[in-house]
Amino acid sequence: MESVVEHLLPRLKEITGFIYPNEIELHWSILVVVYPYITGLVAGAFILASLVKVFKVKEVQPTYRLSLLTALAFLLVAPLPLLAHLGHPEKSFEIFLTPNKQSAMAMFGFVYAWYLMAVLLLEIWFDYRRDIILWAQEETGPRKWLHKVLSLFSSDISERAVRFDRKAVQAVTIIGIPSAFLLHGYVGFIFGSVKANPWWSSVLMPIVFLFSAIVSGIALVLLIYMIATPMRSKQIDMDCLDKLAGFLFYAMIVDFSLETLDFIHRIYESEESIEILSELVSGKLFVSLVVIQLLIGMIVPLVAIALVKLFRTPAELRRLLYFVSALLVQVGIFSTRWNVVIGGQLFSKSLRGLTAYKMSIVGVEGLLVSIAILVLPFLILLALFKILPPWKEARHEFGPPTGSG
Amino acid sequence: MDVFELLKRIRLFWSRIPEQVQRLSLLAVFFIVLFIPVRNLLVPKDFGKYGHYRPSALEEAAAQEITYAGHEACYECHDDVVDTKYHGYHKTVACETCHGPAAAHTEDPDVELPAPRERGYCPLCHEYLASRPTGFPQIVSASHNPLKPCIACHNPHDPVPPHTPAECEACHAAIARTKAVSHHVYVPCVRCHETPEEHKVSPRQHRPSKPATREFCAACHAEGATTELETRKVDLATHGERYTCWQCHYPHLPGSR
Amino acid sequence: MNQAAKIENRKRYGRRSFVKKLLFAVASLLVPRFLAASDKLKEAPVWILAGAYNPNEHYWGMGIDISKCIGCGRCVEACKVENQVPRDPFFFRTWVERYRIMEGGEVAVDSPNGAIKSFGNDREEKDIVRSFFVPKLCNHCDTPPCVQVCPVGATFKSPDGVILVDAEYCIGCRYCIQACPYGARFLHPETRTAEKCTFCYHRISKGLAPACVEACPTQARVFGELRKKASPLQRFLRMNKVGILKPSLNTEPKVYYADLDMEVN
Repeated sequence: MESVVEHLLPRLKEITGFIYPNEIELHWSILVVVYPYITGLVAGAFILASLVKVFKVKEVQPTYRLSLLTALAFLLVAPLPLLAHLGHPEKSFEIFLTPNKQSAMAMFGFVYAWYLMAVLLLEIWFDYRRDIILWAQEETGPRKWLHKVLSLFSSDISERAVRFDRKAVQAVTIIGIPSAFLLHGYVGFIFGSVKANPWWSSVLMPIVFLFSAIVSGIALVLLIYMIATPMRSKQIDMDCLDKLAGFLFYAMIVDFSLETLDFIHRIYESEESIEILSELVSGKLFVSLVVIQLLIGMIVPLVAIALVKLFRTPAELRRLLYFVSALLVQVGIFSTRWNVVIGGQLFSKSLRGLTAYKMSIVGVEGLLVSIAILVLPFLILLALFKILPPWKEARHEFGPPTGSG
Repeated sequence: MDVFELLKRIRLFWSRIPEQVQRLSLLAVFFIVLFIPVRNLLVPKDFGKYGHYRPSALEEAAAQEITYAGHEACYECHDDVVDTKYHGYHKTVACETCHGPAAAHTEDPDVELPAPRERGYCPLCHEYLASRPTGFPQIVSASHNPLKPCIACHNPHDPVPPHTPAECEACHAAIARTKAVSHHVYVPCVRCHETPEEHKVSPRQHRPSKPATREFCAACHAEGATTELETRKVDLATHGERYTCWQCHYPHLPGSR
Repeated sequence: MNQAAKIENRKRYGRRSFVKKLLFAVASLLVPRFLAASDKLKEAPVWILAGAYNPNEHYWGMGIDISKCIGCGRCVEACKVENQVPRDPFFFRTWVERYRIMEGGEVAVDSPNGAIKSFGNDREEKDIVRSFFVPKLCNHCDTPPCVQVCPVGATFKSPDGVILVDAEYCIGCRYCIQACPYGARFLHPETRTAEKCTFCYHRISKGLAPACVEACPTQARVFGELRKKASPLQRFLRMNKVGILKPSLNTEPKVYYADLDMEVN
């Protein structure tokens, strides 16, 4: 308790105007910034994967399994920031057992379980099943058993069974697209439905969340593909990369338009909150909103990719620009989440003053834990690469087995 | 349909399902079956009986310990003080407002209650603040008998001024402070407010008068009035039409509006 | 097997018919439960707490007369003592705000330490156009946004209209704190669960007034029944022109203010 109070005392000096006395403590910290950022990556990566299966975009085929595994790695980590942020993580099971059907947050249990079990794991399982069985046949020792367990001891790789797998993947992907929309749309709804908070309360919130999710997911898979391929001393498929960058560009255009619409709408309607919000945007949020989110995270990458598309550029330069753009997009989207979550708590609900947020470095709700949570999915992804290699050469082509391709 | 045929049907149905779906459905059934006993074990038994909450939480809220005994508890032993207080200005002030929570004291009279004797306590209510309602008795403690404890002159259970103050500002601090910075600073209160002598004893029963007509102000401010040259004069026939003076001018701070 | 027999067989044992039967079976298990649930709603629940208090017989609310409040902060003190609210200046179940509307339109609002030690004079008095105090507390909304968002059912509206927090069940996610438009909730620094005004549930269920009402020296706070004619609160609502805080949010507060100024929010 002492620590909480000592932590808050210097905050009293940073308040401008009037805030309700209970508002000094900022309740949703950096962990709650990390959570929507991670689920956004999951939804985005999955939607990229479904481009291959549903919309038959052949060029991005090399990233199909990569996107699925990326989505899985991040989805497994997604509940961690929420759990760490709870006052009583040991009671978190209540959210699954007695969910309040009116609460957007209680839907987390359903949405998460549905997305993990019914969509992502199913799709990965059906897609990998034949390969897993074949790997298990070739391997020995613990790896053999690992793959046997993963295949749930199924062994049918007749053409009929494989055809069923392919159909199942198709069906799951079709269910998966609305599910991915649901996963991140609902995260946006958690914020967008808080009528007490004019910065959050907006019907556009779920849609803005969704498109920023697609942007961040595509950019992430692009980054992982660009890092993992040279590390395996393989050639980057430039057609695939161009296509990915193209999708990234269009998703960013939509995202940018939506955010601009939201911005114009707020200014045009000029509700009673406009004064405090403009004070917020031009003051405490200026760097993270205007400079990082808008300029560095949106306009610079948009211009860079547009230039690449307009002028014929050498592959080397293209790769560099794509890489830097995708990196900037990640910074920008993280900043977007920050501006929603932290920004929405920096002003008083009395609309008469601003408070401050000082991120702690150590401690459960601090910077180090957040970094650890953000690094963890990459470690999981590395492990998944070992267990379920997403690369083309690991795949068993149809016809007589000819070894690795 | 006998059991044997039912089994046969189930087996036939099962064999028609593709192998991979068989495996998955077994896994799903396993988790669902596991979920039911876990849920029964972990959810409180009475949860959801009256609504989506744990009814015992209501019992727990009601079982919290009481520290303020309530204004009726004191009468049992301290009827004399309560009676005195009941007929004075502090009749709406509960004993516990000043003496603090008394539930422990009502159980065991040896638990002594504090009585705030220091000068800092009474000004919590009676220090002059511009936001306090007009007519509420207020003082400026810096100039009101500095350093003297309040209870040296005032009985907190029957708080009346020790002697009737000669100056109006003893009670009407807010107005006095406003008037002190106005052009009316040298106009004594009683020139405008006829004040019966009884007002000093029972102020609410015997209220001072208030001017009622334009002509009252005109006695000083009409053109041709015999007041000093510096006093502003207006032509009553054209100035302000049918409005009474204080609809536009606040008499205690006439320059302000 | 001929074609007709095959079709017949498929009809009897086929996947589709099995699924159909399965659905019927599951539905027949559920239907009586739905019926039973609707029966439960019809009968008035008899629920007596310890001390012969029946929450279904009451419906509580509060009236606050702004023109009577002197900003002494005795309610804040009493609330902190009665409910063991942490003494630090960041945790309040009730607090008092001072509004000073200045010449030129500036609105100066303050509540130093929740006004537990009243207020000081820090503004040039002649610039004040109008000024008053506003005691604040949980509004015990009839359509409470905090209850709506609680993921587990740890905060709820009891049958007598009081919004309570079940500290045993609260997971400390703080969504309710975000959803409260009035800043009436806080996270208790020791229990790490949400906390707020309970209308002193332990007192009102025993016929006593809430501690803040008890301690108010000017009777600016009136507590009582909303659904009974003979109640001080009903009289308050008849005698005054009342307002509520942030009516546009449609939370339907049960704390009513007499003499509410437009600047208060």
